[in-house]
Order: sequence, then C-alpha cells, then structure tokens
Amino acid sequence: MSEITREQVQHLAGLARIALTDDEVTSLTTELGAIVDAIAKVSEAVGPDVPATSHPVPLANVTRADVEGGTLTHEQAFAGAPSHDGERFRVSAILGEEQ
Amino acid sequence: MKDRLMDFDEALERYEPVLGFEVHVELGTRTKMFSAAPNPAHPDHHDAAPNTLIDPLSLGLPGSLPVVNEEAVRYSISLGLALGCEIAESSRFARKNYYYPDVPKNYQISQYDEPIAFEGEVEIELADGRRFQIPIERAHMEEDAGKLTHVGGATGRIQGAEYSLVDYNRAGVPLVEIVTKPIVGAERDAPELAKAYVAAIRDIVLSLGISEARMERGNLRCDANVSLRPRGQERFGTRTETKNVNSMRSVERAVRYEIQRQAAILAAGGTIVQETRHWHEDTGRTSAGRPKSDADDYRYFPEPDLLPVQPDRALVEELRAALPEQPVARKRRLKAEWGFTDLEFQDVVNADLLATVEATVAAGAAPGSARKWWTGEIARLANDRGVEASSLVSPEHVAELQRLVDGGALTDRLARQALEGVIAGEGSPTEVVAARGLQVVSDESALVAAVDEALAAQPDVLQKIRDGKVQAAGAVIGAVMKAMRGQADAARVREIVLERASQA
Amino acid sequence: MTDLTRIDGAELAGLLASGEVSSVEATQAHLDRIAAVDGEIHAFLHVNAGALDEARRIDERRAAGEQLHELAGAPVAIKDVLCTIGMPSTSGSRILEGWVPPYDATPVARLKAAGLVALGKTNMDEFAMGSSTEHSAYGPTRNPWDRERIPGGSGGGSAAAVAAFEAPFALGSDTGGSIRQPAAVTGSVGVKPTYGGVSRYGAIALASSLDQVGPVSRTVLDSALIHDVIGGHDPHDSTSLQREWPSFAAAAREGAAAGSLQGLKVGVIRELDSEGIAPDVHARFQEAVRLIEGAGGEVVEVSVPSIEYAVAAYYLILPAEASSNLARFDSVRFGLRVERPGQTVEDVMAASREAGFGAEVKRRIILGTYALSAGYYDAYYGSAQQVRTLIQRDFDAAFAQVDLLVSPAAPTTAFRFGEKVGDPLAMYANDITTIPANLAGIPGMALPMGLGDDGLPVGLQLLAPLFEDARLYRAGATIEALLAEQWGGILAHQAPQLTEVAR
Repeated sequence: MSEITREQVQHLAGLARIALTDDEVTSLTTELGAIVDAIAKVSEAVGPDVPATSHPVPLANVTRADVEGGTLTHEQAFAGAPSHDGERFRVSAILGEEQ
Repeated sequence: MKDRLMDFDEALERYEPVLGFEVHVELGTRTKMFSAAPNPAHPDHHDAAPNTLIDPLSLGLPGSLPVVNEEAVRYSISLGLALGCEIAESSRFARKNYYYPDVPKNYQISQYDEPIAFEGEVEIELADGRRFQIPIERAHMEEDAGKLTHVGGATGRIQGAEYSLVDYNRAGVPLVEIVTKPIVGAERDAPELAKAYVAAIRDIVLSLGISEARMERGNLRCDANVSLRPRGQERFGTRTETKNVNSMRSVERAVRYEIQRQAAILAAGGTIVQETRHWHEDTGRTSAGRPKSDADDYRYFPEPDLLPVQPDRALVEELRAALPEQPVARKRRLKAEWGFTDLEFQDVVNADLLATVEATVAAGAAPGSARKWWTGEIARLANDRGVEASSLVSPEHVAELQRLVDGGALTDRLARQALEGVIAGEGSPTEVVAARGLQVVSDESALVAAVDEALAAQPDVLQKIRDGKVQAAGAVIGAVMKAMRGQADAARVREIVLERASQA
Repeated sequence: MTDLTRIDGAELAGLLASGEVSSVEATQAHLDRIAAVDGEIHAFLHVNAGALDEARRIDERRAAGEQLHELAGAPVAIKDVLCTIGMPSTSGSRILEGWVPPYDATPVARLKAAGLVALGKTNMDEFAMGSSTEHSAYGPTRNPWDRERIPGGSGGGSAAAVAAFEAPFALGSDTGGSIRQPAAVTGSVGVKPTYGGVSRYGAIALASSLDQVGPVSRTVLDSALIHDVIGGHDPHDSTSLQREWPSFAAAAREGAAAGSLQGLKVGVIRELDSEGIAPDVHARFQEAVRLIEGAGGEVVEVSVPSIEYAVAAYYLILPAEASSNLARFDSVRFGLRVERPGQTVEDVMAASREAGFGAEVKRRIILGTYALSAGYYDAYYGSAQQVRTLIQRDFDAAFAQVDLLVSPAAPTTAFRFGEKVGDPLAMYANDITTIPANLAGIPGMALPMGLGDDGLPVGLQLLAPLFEDARLYRAGATIEALLAEQWGGILAHQAPQLTEVAR
C-alpha cells in the first residue's frame, strides 16, 4: 500500500510551487498513492549491475564554438511578459533573501 | 540586532576554527555557458543595458535548449589543472531545481556527481611567508543567474521592497565553482588564510587569463563556511555559510567575525544554527539568512538536454603544458630574483603591483627603483586621485624615467615633475623633460657662480663652514637649488659649496 | 475540378510544382475545409491569418521561375507544442494562452524554408500529457470517424486534421505515442523518428529524453516527404544526430512500387500480442501479419520481456523530466500571472501555476517532484533509467533476429470521451504499445490496418532499430499499398463524410 500522505503532497506542491486547493490535495493523495503503487515495481526489475540510461542514443562532447549569435530585442523580450518597466521584468516583492 | 562577540584570542583559545570555501569564478568567454548570447563578463559587454544580452535560453523561453560552449570547457579544464585537480574522464551536467525569479528556467544547469575537475590542492602563502596547502574537493561548471533590483522600501534591500526588477543579462554566464574540503589547522591565521586563499584563486584565474576576476564586479564571489569545535573534539561543529563577500578584505573580516560570533554563542551554552549568513560591508557584521531545511531539496538529476563532456586526453595534456607558473611559485621566484626583504616584497604584493613591478623591471629598471616608484610616488598620486596605481602610467615610462635619473639627466625631484607630466598626458618622460625644460644644470661655471653668490649673501654661514660646522652648508645649498629652480644635482652643489668656502 | 483537400499531399505537391494548381488555391481549399468542419472537429486552436499571403509569395516565386522545393506551396498543420513566430504557441495550456514566441522551432523553420504554408496550430493534451486531447485547456478534439470518440493524444489535433481532410500534412510530437496512437485511432499515418533524428529546438519540452518531433499524414509517402524536410542535424539541439540520412520519400516510393517484404524478417512482439489488446484489434493484427507473410515476409515471434516494466519506468521518467521542464512557467517572463496586491512573488508563482495548469499536468508535476526528491531518487528515477537499459538490450537482442518488429499501435480503437479521464492508471496503461520505442529511442510508425468491430480505425505499429527509419517507410509503404489494393484506396477515404457547415 502506498506511503503517500497529505502532508507529503503539500510538501511536494510547495517544492513544485503550485498552490493546490484542499480538494486537490485530497484527490492527489489518493491518486498518487495508486500511481506510486503501480510504478514502484521498477525497483524490483533491476539489480545494481545494470547501468542507467539517461539518453537513448549515447553521444558525448557535443559543443559549440564560442561565437556570438543573435539577441532578442526589448520588444521581443517583453512582448509576452506579464509586467515590465521597458528595461526589466517586474515581479512582486520577494520574501526572504538574496541568493 | 547586534551579535555578541567573543574576544578573538579567547575564541581561539577555546575553539578550533574549521573553514571551507566555495568560490565562483565568472569566465570571460565571448558567449554564455549554454547559448550564443554575448557574455557580460567579457570586456566588450561590461556596459550593456539591462536585458540586451539575452536570447531564448537566457529567458528560459519554452522550447529553448542549451548547447555547451567549448571555450568555457577549455577554460574550466585549465582552471582545474591549475588547482592541481584531476580532470574527469567523463563529466556531466545536472539540473539543480529551485524557484527564484532570477533563475529563468527555475533550474540551474550545474554539475553534481560528475564534476569536470576534482581532488586538487592550492598552495597559499601568508604575509610572513608561511605556506598552507588548501585541499580542493572539486571544481565544476555551471551557469550564473540574472540580477534582481529591489525597488521601494527604505534601503533598496530585499526586505521591505515593494517589487523587484529582473535583468537576465547575467543569466547563463559561465561559472566555475571551486569547492574546498574542510580546512583545519589554520588556527589564529584563519581570517588571513581566508583572504590569502581568495587572493590565490584570483591570481590563478588572472594568470590563466580566463576571467577579469574583479570581485567588485562579481566576477569572483566567495562563500565562506566557518565552524568551531571545542578543543579536543573530533567532530566538526555546525557551520554557517557567509555569502555576499565582495572583497578580499571582507573575506578576512567576515571569517574573523563569524569566529567571534559563534564562539560567544557556544560559550554561552547556545547552539549554532546551520544557515546562510549575509555579510554587510557597511557595518562589518553578518546577519542570519535562510536556515538550511528540507526546502533545499534541489532534486538533482542528469540534464537530459546535454551530453556528457569527456575531455580528450590530448587536449588535457596540451592545456596542462600551457599552464602558466603557479602564482605562489612565481612570487617566491620574483622575491629571490629581486632581493627584496619580506616587508618590501609584501608592500608590492599588498598593493597588487607584482605584475607591474615585474613589467617595469623587464623594461630595464632596477628592481629596487621600480619598487620605490610604484609603492612611493606613483602610489601616492594614485591614492590622491582614487585610482589604481597601475592605471596612471606604464611600466615602460617608469623604467625610462629611472634611466634618466640613473644617467644623471634628472634629479629625483625633477623626475617627479617629469612623472606628473607623463601622467598629465604630455608624452614620454623624455618628451616631458624636453618640453618642460627639466634637464639637470650640469654647467659647472653656472653652478660655481650661483654658489659664490649665495655664500656672499650669507657671510655668517660661510664663517660657520670655515669653522668646520659643515652642516651649516645646508642653507647655502638650499639657496642655490632655489636659484637653479631645482634643476641641479644637490650632491654636486654641496661639493662645490664646501670647495668654494674653503678657498675663499 | 479535383477537391484539393481529398488528394494526397504528394499528389497536391505535384499539381503545385507543375503549376496546375496555385498555392493560394490549395491553401484556400484547406482554409475553407477548416471553416466548414472544424467547428465540429476542433482540430485547430489557431488558424494562420497570414496563410494566404504566404501562399501568394510562393506562387510569385514560382512564377518568377525560382527553383522551389518539391513541397513548396503545400499547406501543413502544426502541433501547438512547436514554437511559431507570429502564431500563438500554447502547448494546449491555459498558462501559455496567447503567447507568441519570438522564434520558430527548427522543424517549423525548415518547413517554411521549403515553402510549405502553415495553416495553423493544432490541438493537443496540455503539454502533451494525455492520450485523448481531453486534457487540452481549450476543449477536446473530436474523432472525425465518430465525434463521440477521442482522436487520441496528445496529438489528437494533428491526426484529426489530416483525417478530416483539413490538411494533407501535419507535425506532431511523440513522447510516449503522441504521434502514433492518434494516427492509429484516426486511420492516419504517423512516425516517431529515431531519437535525435529531428531537432527538438523550439518544441515545448515535455520529457527531454523521450520527446521527438515527427510527421502525421494520410499516407506513408506523405509522412516521408515531411520527414525529409524536418530531419537532420541541428546545432541548436545537443541531442540532434550528426549523420547522413537517406531520403525517406525515396524509401517509401521504393516500398510502394516494388514491394519490400520479400525475405524481410519480421518479429511479432509477444508481450504486445495478447494481454490488454482488444479482440478486434488482435484480429486485424493477425490479418496484417498474414498479409506480411503472404508478401514474402518471414514472421517469427520475439520477446521483449522488459516491456513489463516499460509503463512504470515511463511514468517515472516522464513526470520527473516534466516537473523540471515545466518549472519555467512561473509568470515572470511570459505566460499567465495571477496576483493579488500584497502577495510575494512566491505566492504569485504558486497561484499562477495553480490557475494555469490543468489537473493532469499538476498530477504529473507532483509525481515527478516526488520521484526526484531526496530519498526516493535511486528507488524511482534511478531504477527507471536502469529499466531503460534493459529495454534497449531487449530490443538489441530482438533486432539481432529480425529486421522489423510489429505490434498493434494501440490496444483498442478510439474510446469514448470521459471513459478513462477519471482513471489516470487506465489511461497510462493504454500507452503500453507505444512507450517502449520512446524509452529505447528507436523509430516507430503507425499506419492503418483496418477497422474494428465498431467500424473505427485500427493501427499497425512498425518498429525498426535505431537510425533505420527508412526501413519503416519502405515496409510501411508496401503494407499500405497491399491494403489499399484490398480496400480500393487508403483507409482515410472510408471515413464517414462530415457535414460541412456554410461559412
């Protein structure tokens, strides 16, 4: 049986920055529980000797030359912006601290 | 709120400090780490207006994809090698997931379990010549975030601001983060060691030519970890991470402050909170930031949009062969070559004039003369003007000036006047001397006439000299020099005064 | 005069190239068809107001004697997951409503460069999460074969557009079957290329290591023609393959003309030929297998045992990557912002994402966040990546025995709206046939193989080894030709006539 709790879903929603409603937390707790039960079997499928595949086609050293390309104009950059001052994007006050 | 601090000496008696550093170096490539947008850390783009050095990736636009800058990889390998690190056979990028408005994708592309460089060692030297080996855990490649400006509120700081503005020019600037292992054994040298370490990283980066390494511009940023453990305890104490330390002097002060602050808390029976702290240059204090918590779950996973970087071993060896001399070794060599005392050499190092003096010596000046010029007159003029000494005049001109002095064409005083002319943009020292007519008067008959005139004007002084009170000659020499408008060799004038006084 | 919307893309391109038909005529015919039937089908989220101007420019260039691409002037529909200058690109989400990108996705740019005319943007499940388009924020697309049924997903819009003769060609994206499953349930052809065969630059990412852009059409040749245009190396996508690809159109023409099945070793995937496959789908599949044998193919049964874990691995890898890819929708630089005075930016971000994302997207973001979070990574994401290795090894072993693998493209015909939307697990299980190819990176094609008991299309899936996309087109075109011979034309023409409303 699944180990997913309401608190866990609330914590995950915080990490994922989604303000879930109480109802959503309730339904997601149930749904996630069932989904996790169904997908947990991956851990039985493999032993430690199986390497992980992160790319379907193994490649390496794909790089580009250090040559400048085009830039966006302010018009392009701010066309889809919810709020800006013509030079910078504007956001509400930040709670907390400088990173 | 003011922290309680314990006296530094007492703190060191009771506790042993353990340090650790995370230094971020912005690489000065032409373009960003993962896109072809111009890099604001490149000298061509220092003064770019906000949000002009951006492309779809810099804004994290839907559908945009990263591609690794090969030059940034080369710079990172060179830096790793200069830090004495192993260069990974295979290294890869990972996503560090966290939300912040200056992080356009809300994840930072960094490296996690497979950094490009690991297991190194950096030698640093304290002012008195003692050396420490700083163990390096890793150096990894990542991208910088954008810049926030907080608007409203009293101080322009984040607290109390009404809103914030975001400029993404810096988003995606190539960074190398250098992480040390815990540094034990610094003891009371801990603050100075912190400063010397950051200076060493800066010197290495500059010698490689991979970054301008200007701390005030944020090219080089240091987070300092400090913890204390009671004498005799094996286990490390809880550490704090002080951020926002923007000069080498601040690194030193911040480490000292944290040692004193933590010691006061521990001595009072308190516990240290594992947290980030912010250094305030104005007050010389640190303040509490966000405590470490499970909110720091960055959910690292391999970046699926990028492939592993597996440096060609031939390239690694090529870069290794091209490494410049290690800064500490270079200092040791120069000190010996120049024959400076510890104090003289430290003066040059502290004034950040090593390369300048070296260039002046290379241009033909004797090391001692070069040092005197730069740490003396030029430093004074630079200080008056509030600029860097090295920006006032070229090493070649200083060497030329000294050549004129050595050849007897200029007195020290005339040379200082010539220097002012050079700084004023009047040309080379030789040109300034010619234009201003600063040549030493070497016409013996003119000097003799001037001396005779001065002696005649001061018969009492003449009598004293004749009575053997040779020091009285100073008044006459002064008068002669004044008459010659300083353009005479004072030593020669003295000889003539004594000669004429005895003859008359 | 010929109805320009009923003919194949290749035939239309021929008429355009010979000057018998102008691009304006071809484009207008499709715009008319869209106007007439799309109110009912809802394949399009946006119709390109500039399409006729673009068509006119192509006609002018052709008139001026310029040597144009063989598809120049032909209309094409573009899945809304792809960024397009001048047209909104929402990925089916409220959070991107009205967002017009300042750049074209590489596949779109290549279509433009070849002179194709974009008709508009097609509907999809929000951020390509779904198998029915019921998760589109802008309402579902209806299956042209039965408007009470789903058109598949996530690319239901592109599949329905070609099936309803609103476009001869369309672009899709396939993360776990989003091109192939809609093709199967609408009687169309769809191809997921080898991972890296087509650039992902400008495709709004769902799961970066699984996503692949590909063609959707009514015939195998038409898909091949589009694949030839959009494929090939792109320096903007690090995972784009640097290799010389053969002409897929040539492969399709060769397969249709000569027959290509003689001596071809074809493997039936045991794990996809029984459990969970509807009886009528199974029956059509058996017939398709016999058809292949009859044409000289050597059919054997092969096993890909790790398929047992494919759905589970997929539903860990996809949400994990998606949770990170979708983090950028934070209301700062683009997209929906929901804010009240006095809120901090953290609150604004969370409120905007709450309002802008639909239920399925939130479900998968939370699941992916869980799969990546400290303490669970190794058991979930790490294990899922290992399962990928097992699946790749299984396919390697299978392709050591056979040239091509076959299976039903979807376990059932199109299901009814609402049938699975409340049961995520049932919806996920439905993807079992298509997911393995994405996990392994191999190319796959869905093409019609007949009708089910309910009279709805049933799709055949072909899978080839990495880089062997041409093999799909060659074999697919042969099978398509044999079936068309039986049916008297391609399956798409058997679809019920849609009522055209007056414009």
